[in-house]
Amino acid sequence: MTVVTTTPGLYPLPDWAKEALSGLKGHQKHDLIGGDEGGEIADAYGDVREELLVDQTEAGLDLVTEGQARWDDMLAHPLAVHDNVETRGIVRYYDNNNFYRDPVVTGELTESGDVARELEAASEFTDSLQAVLPGPYSLADLASNEHYREDDFLDAVAEFLAGEVEAFPAHETLFLLEPSLVENAPGDGEDERASEAIDRVAAATDAEVVVHTYWGALEEKVHAHLLDADVDAIGYDFVSDVDDNLYNIQEYGTKDSVALGLLDGQNTRVESPETIAERIDWIGERLPAQEFDTTYVTTNTELFYLPENKYKEKLAALGEVAARTEVTA
Amino acid sequence: MKRDQFRRPDHANETFIMTTVVGSYPKPKWLHRVRDLWEDEESDFDDENWDEATDDAARVITDEHERAGLDVLVDGEVRRNEMVEFFAHRIEGYEFNGPVKVWGHNYFDKPSVTREVAYDESWLVDEYEFAAELTDRPVKVPITGPYTLANWSFNEAYETEEELVYDLADLVNEEIEKLVDAGARYIQIDEPALATTPDDHAIVGEALERIAEDIHEDVYLGLHVCYGDYSRIYPEILDYPVDEYDLELANGDYEQLDVFTDHEFTGNLALGVTDVHVAEVESVAEIKENIKKGLEVVPADRLTISPDCGLKLLPRDVAYGKMANMVQAAREIEAEIDRGEIEVSRTPASAD
Repeated sequence: MTVVTTTPGLYPLPDWAKEALSGLKGHQKHDLIGGDEGGEIADAYGDVREELLVDQTEAGLDLVTEGQARWDDMLAHPLAVHDNVETRGIVRYYDNNNFYRDPVVTGELTESGDVARELEAASEFTDSLQAVLPGPYSLADLASNEHYREDDFLDAVAEFLAGEVEAFPAHETLFLLEPSLVENAPGDGEDERASEAIDRVAAATDAEVVVHTYWGALEEKVHAHLLDADVDAIGYDFVSDVDDNLYNIQEYGTKDSVALGLLDGQNTRVESPETIAERIDWIGERLPAQEFDTTYVTTNTELFYLPENKYKEKLAALGEVAARTEVTA
Repeated sequence: MKRDQFRRPDHANETFIMTTVVGSYPKPKWLHRVRDLWEDEESDFDDENWDEATDDAARVITDEHERAGLDVLVDGEVRRNEMVEFFAHRIEGYEFNGPVKVWGHNYFDKPSVTREVAYDESWLVDEYEFAAELTDRPVKVPITGPYTLANWSFNEAYETEEELVYDLADLVNEEIEKLVDAGARYIQIDEPALATTPDDHAIVGEALERIAEDIHEDVYLGLHVCYGDYSRIYPEILDYPVDEYDLELANGDYEQLDVFTDHEFTGNLALGVTDVHVAEVESVAEIKENIKKGLEVVPADRLTISPDCGLKLLPRDVAYGKMANMVQAAREIEAEIDRGEIEVSRTPASAD
């Protein structure tokens, strides 16, 4: 079994940058990122990007993400910076005490290259780049649509994301984050379409694709449909729901590789490397029929919920797991 | 009736629609500068200076509330920085690790519970006693509820968040007993986290039971919940042992009003009638229309009006304008009810 340590990205800004960027940009809705920033703001984000990449590399993670520090609107970012999208009221980000600007699609979702530019800049610092995007179902779920026929919207978002991925520089993996598959599960018919939309995005890259889900477990039917998508691994949140996620894998199997969300991205309690290793073994013992090509070990959620010191400690713990696996392998 | 204790002796109308604010208010600009000085390790600005400055700010804000004509005042929470942070600093068991994002470039110092929580120093008694001395009007005490104190913290110490909530409820209960002993008669428990995790409404209910148990019979307990889908917690919240529910509805243009009319509202309603995220002062006429929305839910003698939420993010003149117009609107509506120009039912408050 190959253990690969990684994260789903979306890191907190370093404390210096919280202050610097709030000074440069302001605190209000209209001060958030628009995708055309330059000068001091772009320079500050460049410094943050480098720092986040160095943090991950020094911690010893196997795959490093760009960090998505510019993503003021969290997963809604790729739409929030798009020319044919208007950002309106502040809405709650799932059931968290976090908010993002409602991205309202008012025109055609053509490729923007925004995330590709971030990855180009990141690839200067690493050979182990992991791209991160919202999955099409979650991005459509987070957005409002005033342009497409309602039935066409999911496909349009998938097409848009696929276009973004095609512009990416070389990357080892693509993590597609799909919390909405759990939080706002698709109903009959829509579940199949959600998987087809994921397929469309995954087909745009030759890299390994991991669809990461969190905040609980997928409904059985949604899980079954997701297995039909041509992706390499599905990610399961073993922090918020151990039993149902285990059940899904035991009952329906999973892909040849798996991502295990084993560290809590929303709690400052830092898991020791021993605890993480025990959890990997514990899950392995309960899935005797499964021999995974790759086991991605990650935090369950994005990391921006954490203060800077604790996020770094989590990275260090993950890095330790990587180091131990290399020794024992 | 519990509500009658808040009616001013010189209240001109027979009908009484209570006017108040949720709690926080824009701090005087100079207080921000003073805080910077106080937090600057190289400055010789000490705690005594800080106490004097916050006393002065409380005087200013209490006076501003009085001038606006509010029936029930608050000191503007001038001593508090943030609704969880302030309390966590005073509770044993909490630690701070640094700021975390709420939205955009707005952060708060989200604390971690690293061991069993315990009551340490008094939280609000000094604040209440000082404000109560400044005015002959009733002073409301907003206090962050145990569910929000738990849910907006990182839980490193307790097996479940529910256990933490109940331990915190015992501490909130202890503080409220002290406030009641000091003379406080209007306590508002702020539970905005309930709106983010509606599935936990039973946990909030159990925590409130612990708080309300054996409370002095004259104490009027309010619950403030904002920015969420109320249909996910209503009508279940009507079982809570509180007298009043303070809700934010102006921000959503009363789209959620149906939630409260489809099922009879049996408590007293504190209705948000001005939007705290709009930096313009709504006209008296506009606020009067909003008050009438409240009258669709409860009769006038069970209606309190307030801004949707704390006013602290607004420019101070706008905050004042919203309060003053709100009070004028309430008094005009009362007079119109007295003259029979607005038809309303009159029923005693069932929660009293």
